[in-house]
Amino acid sequence: MAEKLGRKAAEHVAELAKLSFTDAELDQFVPQLEATMHLFDDLQQMDTTGVTPMYSPTQEVSVMREDVAVASNQRDALLANAPETEQGLIKVPAIIDESED
Amino acid sequence: MAFYDTDVTQLHDDLVNKRVSATELTQAAFARIKATDDQVKAFLALNEEAALKQAAALDQAGIAPDQMLAGIPLAVKDNIVTKGLTTTAASKMLADFKPVYDATVVDKLHQAGVINVGKTNLDEFAMGSSTENSAFQTTKNPWDLTRVPGGSSGGSAAAVAAGDVLGAVGTDTGGSIRQPASFTGVVGMKPTYGRVSRWGVIAFGSSFDQVGWLSQSVKDNAYMLEAIAGLDAKDMTSSHLAVPHYAANLAQADVKGLKIAVPKEYLGEGIDEDVKEVIKAALAHYESLGAQIDEVSMPHTKYGIPAYYILASSEASSNLQRFDGIRYGFRAADVKNLEDVYVKTRSEGFGPEVKRRIMLGTFSLSAGSYDAYFAKAAKVRRLIADDFNQVLADHDVIMGPTAVSTAFKVGAEITDPTKMYLNDLLTVSVNMAGLPGMSIPAGFSKANGMPVGLQIIGKAFDEQTVYDAGYVFEQTTDFHKQTPQLGGQN
Repeated sequence: MAEKLGRKAAEHVAELAKLSFTDAELDQFVPQLEATMHLFDDLQQMDTTGVTPMYSPTQEVSVMREDVAVASNQRDALLANAPETEQGLIKVPAIIDESED
Repeated sequence: MAFYDTDVTQLHDDLVNKRVSATELTQAAFARIKATDDQVKAFLALNEEAALKQAAALDQAGIAPDQMLAGIPLAVKDNIVTKGLTTTAASKMLADFKPVYDATVVDKLHQAGVINVGKTNLDEFAMGSSTENSAFQTTKNPWDLTRVPGGSSGGSAAAVAAGDVLGAVGTDTGGSIRQPASFTGVVGMKPTYGRVSRWGVIAFGSSFDQVGWLSQSVKDNAYMLEAIAGLDAKDMTSSHLAVPHYAANLAQADVKGLKIAVPKEYLGEGIDEDVKEVIKAALAHYESLGAQIDEVSMPHTKYGIPAYYILASSEASSNLQRFDGIRYGFRAADVKNLEDVYVKTRSEGFGPEVKRRIMLGTFSLSAGSYDAYFAKAAKVRRLIADDFNQVLADHDVIMGPTAVSTAFKVGAEITDPTKMYLNDLLTVSVNMAGLPGMSIPAGFSKANGMPVGLQIIGKAFDEQTVYDAGYVFEQTTDFHKQTPQLGGQN
């Protein structure tokens, strides 16, 4: 039943996933994804009327713990992993692209 | 005798009685790694300085008789965070990432006195069946360096097979411990979902991921699982059930009267003949020991692959959203705005297989596709789990091959992702149902001489019966004693 993904739909999915592909990459990726999705088609023929979906095999339910405060300040160690920092803060580019104003 | 030709029981005895020191063992492990790893490429990072320091401290304090793993050098897959020691998940995204905490399993290893020699290679973010998807290096199979070690825990499997360590931690989302164990002729146990804490394991498919060991023997594996299993307040899916003394209980292991189910689908279409031949011989061996073999049918087996790839990719697409170039890890250069940071970072930081899975998952979860893909696959997952529960209601274990083939050649399947996915036919369903599954060396292919693994699947939280069955096979055969000819060790 699943129709082919197609290039346009692939670009839409990439946008949702915050990924971008060059034309050459799409030439390679789209047929690969379509081949995998062809396997998915088998599922569509199955009768799953009345079957409860299974999202996890866990047997634990509603696990709760006491809300106890613990010291966990590792600011310097955490910041050491950040790509760019300034004065103890994580630095990011401008959220609004000023070149487009 | 070299340390890699012994086992945990022997090394522990030697350590307690001071016939060998933890320092000597650790030095021997690094010497072995240096002799083999230029060829095998199992390790992404070595922990030599800290390991030797820890060994010296253990030698000073002495090793108590109840500290089974203290002073023994083991390794950890590089998608499990280790405080201060680079943890990359074999991704450019985390090339320089130094975690600020230890995963629960790593913490437990420290407490047990285990020496962590280093971090092993994997397919990027544990996505793959050959370890070729690592952003840094391709691990080779110690039995034949032109072949893959399997994946995604290929580095851990190769390190054990090469004799670098007696055991290495792996993770298994759809077969990533068992398939490489099969390909490299070692033991690989994926415990029941919830048996081992996932805290600090870089998430891939959170309802599938489970931590376990690759090891040279079943008994070693049992000791190692005992050390890392158990309830963890930091993982709400970790089980409250008590952890048995798996290794000690092996003394009572017996397969007489063991009811073994063999699904006809596991020896049917899509499985190589040389693999089937070895597995049939292994089953006959169990029968000769007094086990009862029943052929059964698990009709939903073939739907495992599509249902798994929809569900696990969906979970991955969600889990991997955290890699955005802001707080840690790689950030693309020349970015003008925040959207650019996200898109360029992710597009440059993730490798092709990770991107394909994110695309499949995002598609399956997107408006218009959710019901037909994600929800449908979750229903199929239920049917697959029901298949297992029905068979295991009147059988002790299920057996079959671990993998559809022996280790394939490097480069043979990497250009055809769909073909690569079909490698997981016999392993993904076990993760869908959350059951324990172990691969043990069952013999060698007559076609190419490569190892073949027998998969033993048990009831939820009944790792003991799985270990018992594997142990008896191991005690009555000598396949696991054969080691690859590498670096002239034989």
